[in-house]
Amino acid sequence: MSDLASDPIAMTLAQARDAIRAKRISSREMTDAFVRAIAAARPLNAFITEAGDKALAMADTADKRVASGQIGALEGLPLAIKDLFCTRGLRTTAASNILGDFVPPYESTVTQNLWDAGAVMLGKTNLDEFAMGSSNETSAFGPVLNPWRASDSNANLVPGGSSGGSAAAVAADLCLAATGTDTGGSIRQPAAVTGRVGLKPTYGRCSRFGIVAFASSLDQAGPMTKTVKDAAIMLKTMASVDPRDSTSVDIPVPDYEKLMEGPIKGLRVGIPKEYRIDGAPAEIEALWGKGADWLKAQGAEIVDVSLPHTKYALPTYYIVAPAEASSNLARYDGVRFGVRAEGARDITDLYERSRGQGFGAEVQRRILIGTYVLSAGYYDAYYARAQKLRTLIKRDFEQAFETCDVLLTPSTPGPAFAVGAKTADPLEMYLQDVFTVTVNLAGLPGISVPAGLTANGLPLGLQLIGKAFDEGTLLRAARAVEEAADFRHSPARWWSA
Amino acid sequence: MSVDKDTVRRIAGLARIAVPDARLEPMAAELNGIFQWVEMLGEVNVDGVPPMTSVVAQKLKWRQDVVSDGGQADALMANAPQGEDHFFIVPKVVE
Repeated sequence: MSDLASDPIAMTLAQARDAIRAKRISSREMTDAFVRAIAAARPLNAFITEAGDKALAMADTADKRVASGQIGALEGLPLAIKDLFCTRGLRTTAASNILGDFVPPYESTVTQNLWDAGAVMLGKTNLDEFAMGSSNETSAFGPVLNPWRASDSNANLVPGGSSGGSAAAVAADLCLAATGTDTGGSIRQPAAVTGRVGLKPTYGRCSRFGIVAFASSLDQAGPMTKTVKDAAIMLKTMASVDPRDSTSVDIPVPDYEKLMEGPIKGLRVGIPKEYRIDGAPAEIEALWGKGADWLKAQGAEIVDVSLPHTKYALPTYYIVAPAEASSNLARYDGVRFGVRAEGARDITDLYERSRGQGFGAEVQRRILIGTYVLSAGYYDAYYARAQKLRTLIKRDFEQAFETCDVLLTPSTPGPAFAVGAKTADPLEMYLQDVFTVTVNLAGLPGISVPAGLTANGLPLGLQLIGKAFDEGTLLRAARAVEEAADFRHSPARWWSA
Repeated sequence: MSVDKDTVRRIAGLARIAVPDARLEPMAAELNGIFQWVEMLGEVNVDGVPPMTSVVAQKLKWRQDVVSDGGQADALMANAPQGEDHFFIVPKVVE
C-alpha cells in the first residue's frame, strides 16, 4: 500500500485520490494498470464481467474533468462492483444462471452515486448465487480463490462470501475499493478472511434501489476497502437519501472522513460475553483480547455486556432470510426476463422447469425453507416466532448500548478454509456468519478490520458494532484498532506468476 | 415435526420449482437438519413480544399519487425471452 506511482494498484483509495488531484498520475494510467492486473489475475475468478474498455473511457472522461478543475469526490478512481448491483447496459447476473444475459435498463442508486462522483467501473465481481453463501462457492460462475494461502500449504482457500469476488479483488490489488452487500455478514466475513476492511452500514443508509434483492429487511450495501479511511470515503458517496427506496432513511449523510478523526479517549467499548463460543480457535480468542487491550491503551473504557439472545440469531436468520428470499425470488419466472426452459407443456410447467434449471442447489434449498415457513399451518410456529426473536435480539443491543458506545467482537469463527471443505453440510457453512448475523437482524452498522495473522499466516479480523446511524463513532473506533494492529500484510501474487 | 418426501414435493410445487424425484429424499434430509436446528427457538418465551415489522424506526414515506415514470415498454421488453409487439409470449393459458 505504498504511494509509488510505479505501482499504482498498491495505493489506498485516499492515496490515489491525492495522486490524481495533484496530477501525479492520470486516471487513464491508473485504470490501465488495474485492467492489466485484472487480466493477469484471472485464475482467482474474482470477476464475472470485466469492463476494461468502458473503464478506460470513463477514465478519459475523468481526466478531462480533472484538467478543467471539475473534480468529483471519487474522480478517476477505479472501483469493482459486486455483480448484484444493476448497471445500465452491462450484464448483471447475481451469479445465477436464471438471469442469463440480463442487461439492466437502469442503474442502481449506489452505483449511480459513485459514477456521479467521477468513479471508474472496472467490472462486476463474482459472488455466491443471489448472495446466498459464505464462501463464494455457490456461484454459477465457479468459486473465487482467496489471494491468501497458508504459509504451510498451497491449497486453494475460499475468500468468504457472499461478496467473495469483491473481497479478493481488494486484497489482490485489482481495484482501489469495491462495493459489497451484507445480508448476514456478506461484507464483513469475506473482508475478515482476506485481510481487508468491510463496512455494513445501518439499514436504510444506502439505497437498495437496483440491487438484486435477497432478503429486503436485512440487505444493505457497503464498501470493501484497504483501510478504514477508504471505507469512510466510499460510504460518504454510496450513502444517500433515495425516494426510490421506501426504507431509505431521511437523515443527511455526514462527512465520515471528518467524523473518523480524533481520539477515542473515554469511548466505552462493550465486550459481549455470548460471543465467546465453545470450540472457537484460541487464536481468535487471543486476538479479541488483544483488540480490547489496544483500545484500552488509547483511553477507551472496556465494559462487559450481555446480549442474551445471541445464540438464537442464526436460526432466526435462517427463517427470516429464506422467507423473504422465497417471496423476492418469485419474480424469476422465465417470462419477463432471464432464462426460459425449453419444452414446457403449460405455464406452470414453464415456471417449474425454468426455476428448477435456473436456480442452483443452495438457492433452491432456501426458497423451499422460506416457502415452508410461510405456508399455512407453519407461519406462526416459524416465521411469526422468528420475528419476535428478532425483536428480542434488537432489544439486547439497545440495552447493551445503554452502557457502551460500540461493541468489539471477533469477525469470524476462524480464518479462510479450503475450497470444498464445508460444502457438504449446509449448517456448517451457515455457522460462518455466527458473529455477523446479529447485526443485520438488529439493523445496526458493523465493520471488520484486519487485526492479525494466524500462526500459518492467514488474516483474521475484529468486528466493531455501532449504534444505528452512528457510523462516525464506529469508524473512529475502527481506526483505533487499525492503527494499533498495524496490519501491513498483503498476499504474495502467486496467481500472476 | 419432520419433513418427508411428500412435503418436499408439496412445497416445491408451491414454490414452482421442478425438483426431480431422485432429489426429494436428499432434500427432505437436508431440510430436516435445518428445521431440527431452528427448533431451539421454541425454548424462548415470546409471550407479549411484538413481532418486528421494521428494523429502523421510521414511518413509511408518503408521496403524491401521480405518474412519475413510464412509457418504457421497449426497455421492459428488452430482456424478455419471448415477446412480440410489447407483449410477453407464454404457453396458452386459456382454452
